[in-house]
Formats: sequence, C-alpha cells, structure tokens
Amino acid sequence: MSKTIVPFGPQHPVLPEPIHLSLTVEDEVVKEAVPAFGYVHRGLEKLAEKRDFHQMIQVVERVCGICSMIHAMCYCQGLEHLMKVEVPRRGQFLRVIWSELHRIHSHLLWLGLYADAFGFESVFMQFWKIRERIMDINEATAGNRVIVSVNQVGGVRRDLSPSKCDWILDELNHVEKEVKALESTMSNNYTVKKRTVGKGILTREMAYELGAAGPTLRASGIAQDMRQLQYEAFDELDFEPVVETDGDAFARGLVRFKETIQSIDLVRQAIARLPQGDTFVKVKGKPEGEVVQRVEQPRGECLYYIKANGTKFLDRLRIRTPTFANIPPLAAMLPGMELADVPVLILSIDPCISCTER
Amino acid sequence: MLKKIVEHSQIKSPWLVHYDCGSCNGCDIETLACLTPLYDVERFGVLNIGNPKHADVLIVTGTVNKRNKKVLKQIYDQMPSPKIVIAIGACGLSGGIFREAYNVVGGVDKVIPVDVYVPGCPAKPEAIIDGVVEGLAKLSEIQKAGKPKKEAIAS
Amino acid sequence: MQSLEITKETLRQEGERLKAEGFRFVTITCLELDETSLELIYHFDKDLEIIHYRMQIPKDAPMPSLSPVFFAAFLVENEIYDQFGIKFDDLVLDFGGTLYLDDDDDITATPFCKFGVKRADTVPDAE
Ligand code: SF4
Repeated sequence: MSKTIVPFGPQHPVLPEPIHLSLTVEDEVVKEAVPAFGYVHRGLEKLAEKRDFHQMIQVVERVCGICSMIHAMCYCQGLEHLMKVEVPRRGQFLRVIWSELHRIHSHLLWLGLYADAFGFESVFMQFWKIRERIMDINEATAGNRVIVSVNQVGGVRRDLSPSKCDWILDELNHVEKEVKALESTMSNNYTVKKRTVGKGILTREMAYELGAAGPTLRASGIAQDMRQLQYEAFDELDFEPVVETDGDAFARGLVRFKETIQSIDLVRQAIARLPQGDTFVKVKGKPEGEVVQRVEQPRGECLYYIKANGTKFLDRLRIRTPTFANIPPLAAMLPGMELADVPVLILSIDPCISCTER
Repeated sequence: MLKKIVEHSQIKSPWLVHYDCGSCNGCDIETLACLTPLYDVERFGVLNIGNPKHADVLIVTGTVNKRNKKVLKQIYDQMPSPKIVIAIGACGLSGGIFREAYNVVGGVDKVIPVDVYVPGCPAKPEAIIDGVVEGLAKLSEIQKAGKPKKEAIAS
Repeated sequence: MQSLEITKETLRQEGERLKAEGFRFVTITCLELDETSLELIYHFDKDLEIIHYRMQIPKDAPMPSLSPVFFAAFLVENEIYDQFGIKFDDLVLDFGGTLYLDDDDDITATPFCKFGVKRADTVPDAE
C-alpha cells in the first residue's frame, strides 16, 4: 500500500485551536506525524521591550486564557524574587485558592472536550455545565470570568470576605457532588474505555526522556509535580501528586479527573487555614538580575526565565509552557495509531496552542 | 418558494463556523461556553458546525497574524453568500493587547469585512449571543436588499 | 542563578552524560548580549532540581544541535532559529526557519535581535 499524506487542521471541527499535523498514513495507520505551527504565534515575549514590568502582567495573563492566573503568578514570583519582597501569608493563600480554581476549571473544560472528541456529547455538556459554577466564583471574586487578573508584583489585589469564602465552599460541594456523579462514566464506561484504553501509550522511560510535563508525565508513572517545590502556601497544604501507571489516553484522563477532586480539596484546605493580614506589600525600585521560576499549571510544568537590568523594561522574558514540552511526546506516540484515533490522542495531551506559540 | 424557505431558515436557524485565529483562548472558550447548557444557543436554533461551506455566520476570535490570515481568507471565501462575519474580543477588533507584537497584523477587518464587533477581553457569552442576534438582523437586511442568493440555494 | 559553563565542543558529551545520569531536558533560553554575540542557557532537571549551562556564541556561526541526544530539543532549537537566526546542524526535524514565521513574507530580519542580522547573510541556504 502506498503512503498518503493527510493534512490535519488548522481549522478542524474537533479542535478549538489551530494546529496543523502532516500525517503520513499507510492503510489508515499513521506512520509519521510532523506538527506545524505558527497559526497563533504573536511574539509576546518581545513585548517586554515595549511594556514596563508592571504592564507585562496583563500580557503574560494572555499567553493563555485558560491558565492565565497561574502564568501571572509565576511571572510575579520571579519578579518578587528579584526585588526581594515577600508576599504576605494571606496573599500566598489567596493565590493558591485562585490557582486551584483555575485548575478545576481547566480540567473540567478538558474533560468535556475530550469526551466530545470521541463523540460522547452528553458528557461534554455535563462537564461544561459543572464548570459554569467555577466561572461564577471567578466572576464574583475577581470580576471577570476567565482572565481574573488578581496578581500584582508583591501580592494579590483582591481579597475574600468570610461570607464569600462560605459561598465558595458551598459551591464547591455542589461541584464535587456533580463531578463524582460522572466518575463511573469516566472510569468504567464501555465507550470511553473502548476509545482510550491502550491508545497512545507513553512508557515511563519515553515520557521522561521526551520531556513530557504535567498529567502526561504523571499518567506514565512519574510523580513529578511542581507544586512539590512548595511555592506560595503549598508548604502548609497536604497533597500528593496523582499518578497512574498505564501511560495511555485513558490514564491521562483519570489523572486529570482525580486532580480535579484533589484541587477542590486544596481550595477547601486553603480556605480553612486562611490567615488574617494584608494581601500585598508595596514594592519600590526596579528589578535587577536573572531568575528562573517554575510552577505547575493544569497542563504541567511552566518555566519563566526573567532577566532584568534595573530599568523599567525587562531585558528578556522567556516562557517555556507545558504544551511546548508535550509536543515531542505527541509526535512520538502517534505512529502506529489509526487515523480515527488521532483527534483523541491530540486532545489527550491537553494541547494549548496559544501557550506553545505565544 | 424555495428561496423563501432558505431565507427564513437562515434567520431562524443560522449555522455558525468558528475560527480561532491567534486568540489567547479566553474568547474561544467563551464562544464554546455559549453552546453549553447554561447559555445554550441551540435552543434558538443556532448550530455550530465545523464546515465553512455549510455556514451562514463566521465567528472569529483573536488577532490575525501573518500565517493565519491566509487561512482566514480561505474560510471566508468558502462560505456561501449571503454571509456575515462577527469579530469577537478586543483582539479581533483591533489586535487588542497584542497589537504591537511583531507577528500581528491587527484586527480581523484588515483581512475580511466584518459586520458585527463584540468588544470585551474576553467577551462575555451574553455579549457574544447579543452579537449573533445583531448579525442576524444584518443578514435579513442583506436578504431584503436582494443580493444574489444563488450560491446559498445551491448549498 | 548559578550556572556552569559549557562550550560547543563539549555540548554533546555533556548531554550524553546528563542523560545517563537521569537528567531531563527542560529547555534552552537564548539571549542577545550585544551586536555580535548571543548567549544560550540550557536548562536540565532531575528530581525537581534544575541546573543551568551557559554558553556564549557569535551570531554568525552554526551550532551543533542537541536534538540527537534529547529529541525534545528540536522544537526549541527551531524556535531559536526563527527568532535569533542561529542555524543548528543535524536537527532531527528541521523547519528551516519557518516554524512560526511565514516564508511568503520574505524573512530577512530576526525578530528577537535588536541589532538585527540579515538572515540571508548568516545562513546561505536556509532550506
Ligand atoms: S480579546 Fe482578550 S481574551 Fe480575547 S483572545 Fe484577545 S486577549 Fe484573549
């Protein structure tokens, strides 16, 4: 059978974002997959020369609209390190609360899209319906549904009143109940298993060597989570990275599902231990020096490199996002798979193209 | 007769195609959120489909960059007329926060004509639905003005 | 930020050694220092510890690629080629400077360099 090259994307019904893949197929079986990019590239890192370091917070939030708060948090942590300021304890806890809320909303979003990719539309609708509660919390606490923009260098600019906290806990109880109701669907359903078990296997060694990040790495049995670095208030919160050992698309789904529940628990812990005090400190002066900062995003490890020279403008800002790390594993797992499984596998790494290309 | 049916159903049940053209995903997920149970535009007959040749309305989120402007143009050209374009978010309007970045061309209207602009960063689902309704009013105006509808019937 | 020095010649060796020791490739950062030189910082990670290797290179000489050792490096090396115009030899997957930029608009400048170098001069056959 001769080889055919099938282009996939950039505008494709299953993917909300434009990514292009050239798939070399032989009899419906993929032999080679070469990704192509550039449909979302904007050149954000370069904007650091035109915006001062405070204004850049708004820009890095828009690297990716889904994990925007965590991007800004990482950037602020880097600058706080350079300017030697310490965020007050309450600010650190509030950052954890918002970042875990973001993780819940991102994972629910992904679980929905993933179900949609194998044609399980009712589950898609269910997950997105649950997700709206988190969006409501975001809107009520920060004023915007998606891009919450609560970070500033030195802390957070919004506070939570005790009554808001109670309301959040109440909403989260609903979220947890509704998510748990879907647990058997995600872990036992015949359709789900048929489409995902044994598909796109990434062994432990492969995942590590190819530099996979986040749930893609943890589904292959490696317990690496940047939250173990205990940034912000994670030193006081109990959590264990979620690990699965099968390394297939099904395992990646399970990891994200369990992380959703874990994040609900983390928000609860953070609210229970929320100390009193200020939420931010005033910062003076300009940053100087170099720093590498890493945080865990819903999609995995995110690295910021900041070089500042003592002026308003940063010398260089470099962002290595989780999907950037997950593209090589994706290219390695596609060969040998059937063409019809490609959309599910692409989604299984939770691609965020806007992050990848910046 | 057939013409009447087509015209009527175009307004009552518009089919959308959504293209993400360098958006940060903020506007994207809000557009998708419109389809889900809380906002549920399907109850108004609005359908989201992936094929530009079936669509009446093109929803564009995000800034145009040097590579995707060709894709955007192609999608627009493939759609049968009469058609309307809705640009969503500050990015789609003018380039928004990314305006000065080196790979950004600017708003959607630099490449294709835009009928409705929905501001916001990101635009809220309510605003997007409102934008679609506005767009449909425009569409029916175009129909009344009697632009050629041959292609529409053929599709 | 502590870092170790590395040179073009020792890059591959060092890479092999790190890989054998169980390090994971994280990424490469490229910085512009002045009109003629760039700096590359290689980041590796093991058990949540991150280490950095630095190397200063002139703008107009090609670099050995790390992608034969760490496959994951191909993407970032292509990105650096796009943005700074350094050509990497032996890339496992070469996008030829069109990873992000489009070949229709002629790519003459390197967008991330303040002191722009003409792409065509540095790389005679960017294919
Ligand atoms: S308008 Fe704002 S939210 Fe929408 S794509 Fe642009 S930056 Fe993102």
